[in-house]
Amino acid sequence: MSEQIDTNNADTLARFAIRLGDDALILGQRLCEWSSNAPTLEEDLALSNVALDFLGRARMLYGYATQIRGGSEDELAFTRDERQYENLLLVELPRGDFAYTMLRQYLLDAFEDLYFAALTQSTDPTLAAVAAKTVKEVDYHLRRSTDWIRRLGLGTEESHQRLQNATDELWGYVDELFETDTLEQGLIKQNIAVDRADLQTAWCKRVTELLSASNISVPETPWQVSGGRRGLHTEHLGHLLSEMQYMQRAHPGQQW
Amino acid sequence: MSKTKPMPLFEVFVRSRRGLDHIHVGSLHAHDAEQALEYARDSYIRRGEGASLWVVESKHITASQESDAASFYDPMDDKPYRHATYYTLPDAVDNM
Repeated sequence: MSEQIDTNNADTLARFAIRLGDDALILGQRLCEWSSNAPTLEEDLALSNVALDFLGRARMLYGYATQIRGGSEDELAFTRDERQYENLLLVELPRGDFAYTMLRQYLLDAFEDLYFAALTQSTDPTLAAVAAKTVKEVDYHLRRSTDWIRRLGLGTEESHQRLQNATDELWGYVDELFETDTLEQGLIKQNIAVDRADLQTAWCKRVTELLSASNISVPETPWQVSGGRRGLHTEHLGHLLSEMQYMQRAHPGQQW
Repeated sequence: MSKTKPMPLFEVFVRSRRGLDHIHVGSLHAHDAEQALEYARDSYIRRGEGASLWVVESKHITASQESDAASFYDPMDDKPYRHATYYTLPDAVDNM
């Protein structure tokens, strides 16, 4: 495969795979924080299960990037600083309370459901294959998070309030899901990547329908932030990385 | 969270392959049957153990009681003729 790609394009493709991998790794790490902290044992297992899907996806994408340009998955995960990470801001935000975690998950699941379905049509066979595997996982994630949004929104006064607070706090981060930069635009022209902007209407419709049905009002947030794709992160990513990377930083090259 | 009413208990049954029976594998708590099914997936078939899942709320199972053991089970102990091995086969019946 890599022979067919000229070097310039290869680097672009690798960076694209890495940033999709970054989204998955960082969210996977956030979800892992629930391990042993979830409200029930059953939910604990379920969240860890979802976390593992994201870690698995990160490995597939990092693996593809290293096939293209060398290096190792571990180097990508454990030796890059925050400015070198290109994940969306939404995924790096602290896990918050359970409502916050589930809302973030739902907003992303609803997006990924559309995104990876479209990416299965990528002209890049590896990305298309990763997308085909991911679609099945996302289907389950979305089923779970949709369920929780309903339960929390229509549950007790407290669960409703917490979900509403989460919506108010997170709404300013959703625009970034639909932004593309020059790197992605180049790949979109070759039908390798998916144009995120195309998905926004369908996403908005689906999300606002569920939130309204769950008694949650969609805020008119006057602010929208982005920057993850340029390596400009919130203050939270550094802390996440310091914990995640500690072992490799202290003992470089350490293996299990 | 803990102030809300406790979640009901569900029993989980897994069929590992088509053609086999569903077998009881354990139990879990969930808010309702739908969620129980999802939790069953995450708790009991993570290593690919299943092809089909059943959940049923534990309260719907009627179980025999330990105190009934004498009347329920003991009378079977002295009826060996209910086992096929009790009978001697005639020589003409080679294989059975």
